[in-house]
This record gives sequence, structure tokens and C-alpha cells, in this order.
Amino acid sequence: MAEYSTPTTEHEFQRNFAQLKPHMNRTEALYESARCLFCFDAPCIKACPSGIDIPQFIRQINSGNETGAARTIYQANYFGNACGKVCPTEVLCEGACVYNLQDVKPIEIGRLQSYATMKVIESGKKLFGPGEPNGKRVAVIGAGPAGISAACELRALGYAVDVFEAKAQPSGLTVYGVAPYKITNEETLAEMAYLQAQFGYHVQFNYPITSREELAALEEKYDAIFLGIGLGKTNELGLPGEDKINCTGAVEFIAELRQYHHQVAVGRRVIVLGGGNTAMDAASESARLGAEHVVLAYRRGKEEMGAYEFEYDLAKAVGVKGLFNVAPVEIMGNGYVSGVKFVRTETKDGKVSEVAGSEFIEPCDMVIKATGQAKQTDFLRLVPGLKTDSKGRIIANAHTGQTTNPQYFASGDAWNGGAEVVNAAAEAKQTARGIHAYLTK
Amino acid sequence: MPDLSINFAGIKSPNPFWLASAPPTNSGYQVMKAFDAGWGGAVWKTLGVPVVNVSSRYGGVNYRDKRLVGFNNIELISDRPLADNLREIEEVKKRFPHHAVIASLMVQSRQEWHDIVRQSQEAGADGFELNFGCPHGMCERGMGSAVGQEPKVLQMIVEWVMEVAQKPVIVKLTPNISDITEPALAARRGGADAISLINTIQSIVGVDLDRFAPYPIVDGQGTNGGYCGPAVKPIALNMVKNCAQHPDVRLPISGIGGIENWRDAVEHLLLGASSVQVCTAAMHFGFGIIREMTSGLEQYMVEKGFNTIYDFVGKALPNVLPWEQLNMKYKVTAQIHEQKCIGCQLCYTACEDGAHQAIRLNAGTRVPEIIEENCVGCNLCSLVCPVEQCITMERTDAGTEHVTWKERTEAGDIPVAFNDEKAGGRHHWVPAPTAALGKERHKTLPGKARVLSGETDVPAEA
Ligand SMILES: Cc1cc2nc3c(=O)[nH]c(=O)nc-3n(C[C@H](O)[C@H](O)[C@H](O)COP(=O)(O)OP(=O)(O)OC[C@H]3O[C@@H](n4cnc5c(N)ncnc54)[C@H](O)[C@@H]3O)c2cc1C
Ligand SMILES: Cc1cc2nc3c(=O)[nH]c(=O)nc-3n(C[C@H](O)[C@H](O)[C@H](O)COP(=O)(O)O)c2cc1C
Ligand code: SF4
Ligand code: SF4
Ligand code: SF4
Repeated sequence: MAEYSTPTTEHEFQRNFAQLKPHMNRTEALYESARCLFCFDAPCIKACPSGIDIPQFIRQINSGNETGAARTIYQANYFGNACGKVCPTEVLCEGACVYNLQDVKPIEIGRLQSYATMKVIESGKKLFGPGEPNGKRVAVIGAGPAGISAACELRALGYAVDVFEAKAQPSGLTVYGVAPYKITNEETLAEMAYLQAQFGYHVQFNYPITSREELAALEEKYDAIFLGIGLGKTNELGLPGEDKINCTGAVEFIAELRQYHHQVAVGRRVIVLGGGNTAMDAASESARLGAEHVVLAYRRGKEEMGAYEFEYDLAKAVGVKGLFNVAPVEIMGNGYVSGVKFVRTETKDGKVSEVAGSEFIEPCDMVIKATGQAKQTDFLRLVPGLKTDSKGRIIANAHTGQTTNPQYFASGDAWNGGAEVVNAAAEAKQTARGIHAYLTK
Repeated sequence: MPDLSINFAGIKSPNPFWLASAPPTNSGYQVMKAFDAGWGGAVWKTLGVPVVNVSSRYGGVNYRDKRLVGFNNIELISDRPLADNLREIEEVKKRFPHHAVIASLMVQSRQEWHDIVRQSQEAGADGFELNFGCPHGMCERGMGSAVGQEPKVLQMIVEWVMEVAQKPVIVKLTPNISDITEPALAARRGGADAISLINTIQSIVGVDLDRFAPYPIVDGQGTNGGYCGPAVKPIALNMVKNCAQHPDVRLPISGIGGIENWRDAVEHLLLGASSVQVCTAAMHFGFGIIREMTSGLEQYMVEKGFNTIYDFVGKALPNVLPWEQLNMKYKVTAQIHEQKCIGCQLCYTACEDGAHQAIRLNAGTRVPEIIEENCVGCNLCSLVCPVEQCITMERTDAGTEHVTWKERTEAGDIPVAFNDEKAGGRHHWVPAPTAALGKERHKTLPGKARVLSGETDVPAEA
């Protein structure tokens, strides 16, 4: 396969990971925006989890009011630029665009969105600001899409906001998890800097909250605490040989990739375990890093994969091979990974069972486990009275985001169990309103 | 193969497509290139008194992503020396003896008109077009539209020209007048052989929002110009029709205004023009558009079984009537073809806000429904629907009755008082005014998308 040679410079890396949704210029934006029909009760708006008024901002772009367009977008979604680039638009707004029903290419809503937001980010145009101080304080744990969105909205409502972030950069998985061909680090961080300049919240980086004492201090100092902590590390498989060198979790592998680009080494033969979007990403990324042979191994049939079809297509397009109805039994190797022992499976009445005696070994020199992220169960236990559901998700009111400990609120992956950036941004904005309602009662 | 050639008031041309007097006919080079490409004739850029042009001469009207749906200019007549123009006319005629070269002229005194007509005649021009149309720059000097707007002056100048002209004389009319048939009749009285219309319409195509000046901007300022291009076709068609239908005009008409493809040309022809002229489209796309125009025209004629242009010149005229002669018993009703509908609901909002509240939305589907009793058959929904043939207007009267306003007037059957029972809208249902309030509150209306704030209630389906 080897469609991509191993990148050795930043330039080569950028070429292998070229943006899927490059920025539009004014001409392209003008032509594309002109196609929008300005539907009544537009299906695209309904399909957007953050309810951005899409026909409105597209019309604003078309009439040369890009600033107004950016305002429309940010009013609904503080991750407006990131979402335009990383949202699975094929299954959201663009998937709902009425043009699909005519077998005509839907409006490129995502790219138009980023076109407008990039304009204001680049010019630093002031669109929003903090509200009149109301004397109350909110602590936000986690500077991901949920945390930052909550911080913006709370500032707009007049709260003093301090954000505590374990890592060195804001935006959570947007900069540590999303595939590099969807958005660059620079672009992600530019939006973060823009938001912080507009709203003026404080962020403490490299500041993980890990103990009961720290939480107690926050409970003391702040009127409310927002949990935007996302999910944790990749789940353990519990297989023999999982500790071998070059057997890694997808989230950890991608986090490295986003930070160190071409300096991240990938194997020559890579096996990715899993059938979700993260598995697709990890497989694509391995191929673009120059792996010669990338196999995506999934327990069930192709049709049952959790990943979006377009994500699988993307992986196939860079040469990834699917290996379906197989379950890993053991990671083989002597210190280093040398292969994975699989057993074939079959699905009967929705139940997967192993086919006895069908074991075989697929050789490889790297294994990436894309088998889901664990919940932050240990951390959540530190919050008194906070309840989680059977899947480890924080239990909170769907409209206000209030958890079972009334001082605590939650949104994003930690609450929804793992969705998209847009969900975290939309939920957190709503939850900020919930906090406001609670604190002004 | 149908015969595209024409004999327009004695001017012969291999096809009805001429370049209008404008920048594309500014030089022998351009006209030869055009003839080479397939144009049948050219009206030379207007010759006449010496002029000087400004820099920054054109302005455009763009619609969304479409450039130049309208175009305007503040240019004057030819600024090249007369002798050069005449020499080049001669050269073109020698090389293209069967193509039509028409000299467009604009001067002031009787003597000047005599001289310039004689000179162009000697150069070999097949005819003349008197430019009484230019709406800027020249009218201030008592020429162009200043003449076109004064039927008496127009007639007098035509008479001067007829004194010496041995070739057909076309009078080009300005649309900047309330009744186009007045100058047309004056042209006829003066003895002209034909008329051409329209010249450009006085216009300001736009204002620069930062520099507070009209386009095109000349050193921070601007002036009114002449409007042309696709946007003016409807105005041109109506004026062509008016001249063609007037019982006393009876002159061949060269149709001009907004022609850019064969369809536009056929429309002009169906309303009575027997040659057509093109300016903006050639300025926008170059001479190459002629290939599509001739091939389209040919195809149309084959399909309709027309052998010559004259088989259909004016063919639509009997069907253009005064309003009072239209059948008031005719009734169409909108019909939505569900399988084609893409659910944009533009028809709903158009009829709801801009027409007669005759379309409703139903729960569980995005396909709107026509409320037939309320539909007046205005066509609006079928015009806004983005899908071809998705909303059609179907005839719903029996087709057996025919009553016109004129007949009703004659029979004393028209509403006369304000509250007359016979008034049209009297029996048409309209909702109570307050039924409008909050009617679409659960819809994601443009400009007030669902706010995820806990303040706005969550929209329910339909
Ligand atoms: C590999 C991968 C690819 C993805 N691709 C896409 C995509 O293409 N498009 C898309 O829309 N979504 C994608 N997602 C999902 C998306 O990134 C998440 O849904 C989104 O980032 C969730 O936002 P969040 O704020 O809830 O959590 P996160 O983004 O995870 O942010 C949580 C933040 O909290 C910090 N934190 C956690 N615990 C603590 C603590 N105790 N103290 C201090 N800080 C703490 C973390 O360091 C992190 O910065 C992807 C996810 C993954 C894993
Ligand atoms: C830049 C420009 C210059 C023109 N100059 C003349 C002219 O010298 N003489 C004339 O009779 N008409 C002139 N016209 C008018 C055109 O001949 C024609 O009547 C008008 O543009 C409408 O046709 P269109 O819609 O195809 O452009 C000019 C038009 C333009 C755009
Ligand atoms: S559905 Fe498509 S065409 Fe309609 S408003 Fe949305 S983007 Fe525009
Ligand atoms: S034709 Fe006019 S009145 Fe009838 S449904 Fe369409 S828009 Fe409404
Ligand atoms: S305008 Fe046409 S496509 Fe749109 S909803 Fe109405 S019928 Fe359907």
C-alpha cells in the first residue's frame, strides 16, 4: 500500500495530513453561499446540536457581512470555528440539507462557517465581552469544549470564572484527539486565544485537580463548580501481552501525534483494534504516517461498526484494510509486539460468539487499541453525593446540567458518555444558563 | 436546414444576429473577428462629433454569485478619428460583402448629417442607424436621447438624413420616455425604413458604501449612466411589442436589450423583431457566444418546423392583449408533486407571508400542502420552488366559459362601490389578524434559531 511515505519534516507532515476542509477564499464563499436556498424552518438548523442559524449566517456571508455571520455562529456555539472543521457534518447539518433530496451536493456549511469565524479570529474583531460583574464565582474543571464554552457563557452572564486544566493547552480533545487533517493545532489555539481575549476568563494550565482537598477548597471559594473533564484513558482489553512494547491506546497515540507530528513513530505493519470513529482515525493516521500495512480489526461485521460510513471511507481511501468478525485473543511478541492472535467470530441473533478452533495470527509490529475511553470514575468519587449511571456517566439534569450534588454541574463527554465537540459546546452553554438560574434563585 | 438569413428593410444578412453599436464594434479588427466567428452583421460604434471619454466607464449589477445581470456605462460615442472608422468599414465590406455593416451616426446640424451619411455611404455601409438613444454625455449636448425624447426634432433629423440616404435608415430609440410609440411614429413620419430598440436606460447601478459615490466612480464621484444587459430584457420586450402592435408604426424592428442566448433572441423575434442586436453579452463572454445562439435558433426552427425567420416573427403578438381582454373565468390552482419536493418550505413561507395563506404544513412531513379553496392561482409558489416542475399550476375551471373585464363592463357587471358584492377579494377567506401572532413560534425561523438557553421553549414538531 504505502500511499504515503513517512514524513520526516513538518512540511511533509502537513502534506500527508492536508486539511480535509481547507479554508475558503471570498470567491468560493460567495459562490457557495449563493447556493443556499434560505429554507423555511431549515432542516440544517434542526440537525445542528448547537442550533446555529445556518441560513442566516450564510445569507450574511453572501451579502458581505462576515462579521455578522461570525456573530450568528458564536451566539449559538463558542467552538464555531472548530466545529466547522471537525463536526461530522455529513451526518449533521450537511446531511440534513435539502439539496441531498435532489441528489445535489449539499451546501458546504462547515467550510462556510469556518470562513466567517476565521475572519473575526484573524482580525481579532471584538464581538462579545463579559457581562456586568455579578459578584459570583464559578470554577471550571477542564478546558475542553465543554469547559471553555461554559466559561464564555458564564463570563457573558457576569461571573468571575477560573478554569483549571490538567494539560498545557486549552480545547481538550480538539487539540489532543481530533485527527490532524481535520484541524491544525494553530487554528484550534487561535480560536481559544480569541475567546479568552473576548471574555477574559482565567485558565490555570498544568493544574490537574486530583484530590478531595483541592475540591474542598474550590467548593469553599466558588459558588458553583462546572465539570468538563471529558473521558479518561483508553480502556484496557484485559488480554495477555497487552503490556508489550508498541501496544498502545488510540487516544494516547493520537495525543502524541497531535503534539509531535512527524516525530511520532508508527510501525510498518499496524493493527488497529476497534470499529468506532477513533479506530478509523487511528488507522488513517497510521497510514498517513507511512505505515505500509494497516489492518482494522473488528469483532463484528462491517455493517455493525459504530463509525460513520464516511469515516470508514476515509480510512479505506488511504489504503486501510478491514478485517471483520475477528476477536483478539492475545498480543504476541517477545518484548516487542510481533502479531495479534485472533479468533473468528460469528453473529447470531445479535450475539457474537467465537468460532472454536479458528485462531490465527496476524503479524504486525504495532497494535493500537481503539476500544473506547474509560470514565473518570476515580475522580468523580471525590465529589460528595455525585452519582453516575451504570455506564459511569455523570447523572445530571438534561436542561440545567445540575448533578446530584447541587453545587456541581456537568456537560460534555463526562455527561453524555462521549459524543462530539459540538455536543459538548452546546450542552455547556445550556448548563451555564442552568448555573445562572441556580445562583440567581 | 432552416434558412437563418434575413432581409431587414433591404439590409441583407446571413443570420439575424447583429452586434449592437458599442465597444465590440469599435474597430475593423473587432468586426472582422466577429464575422469570422459567425455574427451576421454589425452596427458600427456610433460615428459623429469628436468626443473624449473618462477613465472608469462601466459599472455592474451582480446578483448573488452571478456577475453582470445588469451593466451600465458612461461612455460616449466613438472617440476614434472618423477617417479611420470609414477606412475600416470599407475594408470589412470588401472582405465580407454578404455581411451587414451598418453605420451608426450621431451629429448635430443638417450639414453634418448630410456629410456623414454621404461619407459612410461611400465607405460601403449597407445602411444607417441614427443614434437617438444615448442617455448620458451626448444628450447634454443636444444629441442622443435629447433627440429621441423630442418626436418633432427626431422627425426633422430623419428627414434631413432621408434627403441624401441611398441605403436603408434605421432609427434607434431611447427607452427613456413614457410611450415608446411616439418616437417610433415620428421616425415613420420622417420616412425612416426601420427602427431599433432599446438603447440603454438611464441608471445608477449601485452606490459604494464606503466612498459614498455611485458606480462607476471617477475620482470619487460619478454620474448616471446607461443600463443594459440581461436585466433590461423585460423592458425591451415590452417596448418591442408596443411598436410591433401599433397599427401606424408598421416598420421592421431590430430588437435590442438583454439578449444573451438564442432564447432571448427568439423572444424578441416572437414579439415582432426581425433582427436582433447584442452588446453586453458580447462584452461579457466574447464573440464565441454566437455559436450557441445560431445553433439554438436552428434547433428551435427545426423542432417547430419553421423554414425562415419570417415564419415566426411576431407570432406571439396576437396573444399579447390588454388586461381587460383576458378571460376571467380561467382558473389555475397550485399542485405540489410530492415525489419531487425537497422540503425547503419556501412555497409555504412565500404563500403565507407574501400571498394568500393557501399552503399549510402538516406534522410528520416537510412536504407542504396546498389548501385548494384558498389558492387564487397567483403562481408565486411555483416561481419560488427550487425544483423544476415540482409545483405546477393546473387548470381547474371547466374551460367552457369566457368572460372578460371588457365584456363585464359593457354588460354593467363590474363592481363599482367599495363594498361591492362583486369585488374580487370579497369572498376570499383571510385569517383573523391576531391569528398571525406567534403562529410560527415553534419553527426555527431565520434570525431566531432555537436558543439553547432554557429560556426559549423547546420547539415541538410542526
Ligand atoms: C480520537 C478522537 C477523535 C475525535 N474526533 C472528533 C471529531 O473529528 N469531531 C468531533 O466533533 N469530535 C471528535 N471527538 C470527540 C470530541 O473531541 C469530544 O467529544 C469533545 O472534545 C468533548 O469535550 P469535553 O470538553 O467534554 O472533553 P475533553 O475534550 O476531553 O476535555 C476535557 C478536558 O478536561 C481536562 N481534565 C480532565 N480531568 C481533569 C482534572 N481532574 N483536572 C483538570 N483538568 C482535567 C482534560 O485534560 C481535557 O483538557 C474525538 C474524540 C477522540 C477521542
Ligand atoms: C459601453 C457601451 C457603449 C455603448 N455605446 C453605444 C453607442 O455608441 N451607440 C449606440 O447606439 N448604442 C450604444 N450602446 C447601447 C447598445 O448598443 C445597446 O443598445 C444596449 O447596450 C442594449 O443591448 P444589450 O442589452 O445587448 O447590451 C452602448 C452600450 C454600452 C454598454
Ligand atoms: S438546508 Fe441547505 S439550502 Fe436549506 S437553508 Fe440549510 S444549508 Fe441552506
Ligand atoms: S398559487 Fe399563489 S395562492 Fe396558490 S398556493 Fe401558490 S402562492 Fe398560494
Ligand atoms: S418550494 Fe417546492 S421543494 Fe420547496 S417545499 Fe415547496 S414544493 Fe417542496
